Amino acid sequence: MLRTGKVAEAPIAPADVASPPQAKSFRGSVQLRHVDAGSCNGCEIELGTCFSPVYDGERYGVRLVASPRHADGLVVTGVVTEHMATALEKTLEATPEPRIVIALGDCAMNCGEFRDAYAVRGAVSDVVPVDVAVPGCPPEPEAIIAALRKVTQR
Amino acid sequence: MSISGIALALSQAALLLALSPFVIGVIRQVRARAEGRQGAGIRQPWRDIRKLLRKERIRPVYASWIFHAAPMVLFITSIVVATIIPSITTRSAANGSADFLAVVFLLLAGTIFLALAGLDAGSAFGGMGSSREMTIAALAEPTLLLAILAVSARAQTSGLGEIVKAGIDHPSMLIAPASLLALGALAIVTLAENGRIPVDNPATHLELTMVHEAMTLEHSGRDLALIELASYMRLVFYLTLIANLFVPWGVATTLSPAAIGIGIVALLGKLVVLAAVLSMVEVLLAKLRLFRIPELLAGSFVLSFLAVTVSSFLA
Amino acid sequence: MTFAQGAFGLAGLLLLLGGLSGLLLPTTARRFLTNLLTAIGAGAACVGAIRVFTSNEPLSIVANNVLPFGQAVFEIDELSAFFMLVIGVVAIPAAIYAVGYTKHGLSSRTTQAMFPVFVLSMLLVVSAASMATFLICWELMAITSLVLVVTEHRHRDARSAGIWYAAMTHFGFLAILVGFAILSMHAPLDTFGVIGESSLTITPWLRSLAFLLFFVGFASKAGAVPFHVWLPRAHAEAPSHVSALMSGAMVKMGIYGIVRVCWDLMGLGSRWWYMVILAVGIVSAIFGILHAMASHDLKRLLAYSTSENIGLILIALGAAGIYKVGKSDALAAFAVAAALLHVLNHAVFKGLLFLSAGSVLFATHNRNLDQLGGLAKRMPFTMLTFAIGAMAISAIPPLNGFASEWLMLQSLFQGIPSDSAYRNVLFPLALGAMALAGGLVAATFVKALGTGFLALPRSESAAEATEVGGFMKIGQLLLAITCVVLGFGASFLSGLLTRTVASLRGLYDIEPINHHHAWMQLPGSSTRLSTLVIGAVLIGAVILTIVVLRLLRSPAKARVAPTWACGRELQTPRMEYTSTSYAEPLRRVFANVLRPDSDISVDRRNESQYFVQSVHYYLDLRDVIERRFYTPLLTFARKWGELGRQLQNGSIHRYLAYIMVALLCVLVIAR
Repeated sequence: MLRTGKVAEAPIAPADVASPPQAKSFRGSVQLRHVDAGSCNGCEIELGTCFSPVYDGERYGVRLVASPRHADGLVVTGVVTEHMATALEKTLEATPEPRIVIALGDCAMNCGEFRDAYAVRGAVSDVVPVDVAVPGCPPEPEAIIAALRKVTQR
Repeated sequence: MSISGIALALSQAALLLALSPFVIGVIRQVRARAEGRQGAGIRQPWRDIRKLLRKERIRPVYASWIFHAAPMVLFITSIVVATIIPSITTRSAANGSADFLAVVFLLLAGTIFLALAGLDAGSAFGGMGSSREMTIAALAEPTLLLAILAVSARAQTSGLGEIVKAGIDHPSMLIAPASLLALGALAIVTLAENGRIPVDNPATHLELTMVHEAMTLEHSGRDLALIELASYMRLVFYLTLIANLFVPWGVATTLSPAAIGIGIVALLGKLVVLAAVLSMVEVLLAKLRLFRIPELLAGSFVLSFLAVTVSSFLA
Repeated sequence: MTFAQGAFGLAGLLLLLGGLSGLLLPTTARRFLTNLLTAIGAGAACVGAIRVFTSNEPLSIVANNVLPFGQAVFEIDELSAFFMLVIGVVAIPAAIYAVGYTKHGLSSRTTQAMFPVFVLSMLLVVSAASMATFLICWELMAITSLVLVVTEHRHRDARSAGIWYAAMTHFGFLAILVGFAILSMHAPLDTFGVIGESSLTITPWLRSLAFLLFFVGFASKAGAVPFHVWLPRAHAEAPSHVSALMSGAMVKMGIYGIVRVCWDLMGLGSRWWYMVILAVGIVSAIFGILHAMASHDLKRLLAYSTSENIGLILIALGAAGIYKVGKSDALAAFAVAAALLHVLNHAVFKGLLFLSAGSVLFATHNRNLDQLGGLAKRMPFTMLTFAIGAMAISAIPPLNGFASEWLMLQSLFQGIPSDSAYRNVLFPLALGAMALAGGLVAATFVKALGTGFLALPRSESAAEATEVGGFMKIGQLLLAITCVVLGFGASFLSGLLTRTVASLRGLYDIEPINHHHAWMQLPGSSTRLSTLVIGAVLIGAVILTIVVLRLLRSPAKARVAPTWACGRELQTPRMEYTSTSYAEPLRRVFANVLRPDSDISVDRRNESQYFVQSVHYYLDLRDVIERRFYTPLLTFARKWGELGRQLQNGSIHRYLAYIMVALLCVLVIAR
């Protein structure tokens, strides 16, 4: 442990976009509930990597939590399939205000590869209002963290 | 009951309340560093609480008044316990009105209400967490009682202040075999009662492995803030008890400002060391299966029972 | 006639009148009059009892020509008066409650008339001061309560409960009778005073035998394990106001018997006597609460928890005896005081729990916790009173259960470390048992309250429940208030306890608990407790927290949202934890004690074994003592009974032969 030392890389600069208005009330602490609305699991791997020792998303005050009641927002990955649409709405309803929705990856933003598939309801923004979008298929951990830093403002 | 005693009781409560999120911060920070991470800093738990206090409260549609009462009961019992436990001084006013049995049952009151709140929403996870929590609490109870009894025997009283004072006055009793056995037992109870690894994983996301977390899945906003604060404080109580029962030096036994200042500094030092030890234990151990936990607790009961009998036969 | 005599006379008169009115009046009138007379009568007895405490003089009443073979002797000293208060504190609310509770189907003449007589018989038991009087009152109490237990004799379970109760209580009666016969063998008179004097002249082994007989007899009335088998049946099947009275007051008559006879009459015995009491206490505490925890029948759960509390009281009494043998009189007095306070407190909170459970039964016709739930919304008042009872029994400060639990734990704490190796080993064990029992009580009552009252109703009957009416509410409210008052004011009871304990042989003039205003202090120790201060600080903390939260402008308004179910469409009661599933982890941990018999069978569809058609889960949690001890005993008795029946086959010739053989035998022996 001592020999390995710190493996976390240097901090990644926040993205060059405006912070969502809710970020002001979070003040450096953001808990997120992850919803897989129909993803191919590519985004999940990248999201998981963000909280590995190398990227250490927690140092910016972000944590993934188990219950939407504990969360300040949702991270939604993948297109919204017919079967997951209600679940997504219910999860957002279960999240206390003020809350944000982060659409992670191209599918979540605009259905990406699966645009015309028969089981797809639409992009995340077709079902719930989206505050932050992170493009990429899948988005790189750097991009995700840069976006998250705009939310935590740390 | 003197004015200074009341003032000390209140300041103890305020100090422990303010301090306990930082202790959790230290635990998480040490853990992060041990895992090679940067860590969120020791102020992060307070940031979380500050944010939660401003967030919306949600009540599940099937829940009753118990749901909102539980965080309050958990929190106020913790506050009252904070006034009783000799953290910086043995001269707190509450010390003369409540002994460690009162502390044990006040803590139990919080556990009971939280377990009820777990059932109140009608979700399967809440019931599961509640059932597990009460199982562990019931099994940990005898160990807790006997472990403190073993160290209280030297003071011939169950008042925590007097026990700590007796430790300062008669240091030879602290290195007796009974003390060491009791320390081992109390350490295991600390892990069990506060949902730490190897009994429960406070950072888990998987509902099926949850104990404590599963009960609170429904709480949000200030309810959750009170629950979190109270659980931080409860962990700090156990650490303080370990620190001041077995290493009592530094705790103020007089009312002079210097002694109290030393008391605060000593408490800070002890808590940081214990927090670091606790987080290293958590890094190095894996979580036990649920049905292995009773074996662990039975072992700790044997330790504490031996501690009591050894202390009385060698007394 | 003194004031106290007048009060007791009035109590007796009112209770007899109550019995008469139960027999003679029409349905509605007898429901009101009988029960209200019972309440007032019990109240008069309480007034008399308080007068005994204030007047400093035991009261003695001798009635000639009442009993066929001599006088009935009654003497009411502080111990009697204390137990009268225990009876009264349950009887008054239970009687008021009964006005509402017996509305449907329970208003028969026998049931109504027996209730006041039952209360009267208990009052007589604690005042009886001669062997014959005591035994007759004891039997009267047994019979009246038996009639009340079989009120619903059309149910098979109630009949079976009645048979078990009758058998156990008469077995106990027999033991007590033989015990008295041994104890009074040298006594010229049968009054307690005379027996007490002469009992010390009996040979030690006969005294020990008498002790064992008394202890078995009284422990079977108290419902201590292993004589508890009647208790979960009788308490579950009796009407709830009767259960409250039986569990709150009648089983305490067993404790009264142990204190009165085994302590006050017999004087000091050998150390092993008290070790037996302590051991039975430990076994009762653990076994009782484990079964309560595993039970899904609300009233059975409460009944088993009574066994547990009796166990705690016996532990304290056993410790008292061990102290007394070791010549630590002050600690002995303290332990007795702790036990007595728990007798009172248990009467209050168990009475409350039974009345609240009765209201649930009244409203839902169901006492299976697996089918209840959701009552917090439909019966908020009953839920609140049950919650207060559950908190009190879990020893949550500042409610009354905490004060006596604290005293009982302290009574053991104070004895270690000591020079006596017995104490050094036994007392930590007893403490561990009490602490484990305490933890399990919490788990049990979280289960009872959580699955019985919270979340969604699990059956139609629970979903359609409505809150009970005024009289029942008053009964529950009285006991709930008593729980709170006795909790906050625990230290003010120490005077009462001191007077009671100081009336016992061997403990005269000892102050067991020092009392400084709101503080209880142990004799010879700096340990102090004030439930009043703890309560005040708790209330202060609530106010402070609310003020601070308001100052921080933390949103207080709660949005009501569906229960979080991982985004699932629907949340049904079938997804809730049931009482049985709640107890599963503990049942598994303590499988060696409970020995549950369980089995799962899964039926699969014919088309494919991957599709499950149905799952059957079978769980048998019958008492292992009943299965392993009583069932073989009964089988054995039945077998010999069958053999004996062959003697009597109806043939006159054979009977004539019996008579002749008997006559010949007599002639040969008598010559």
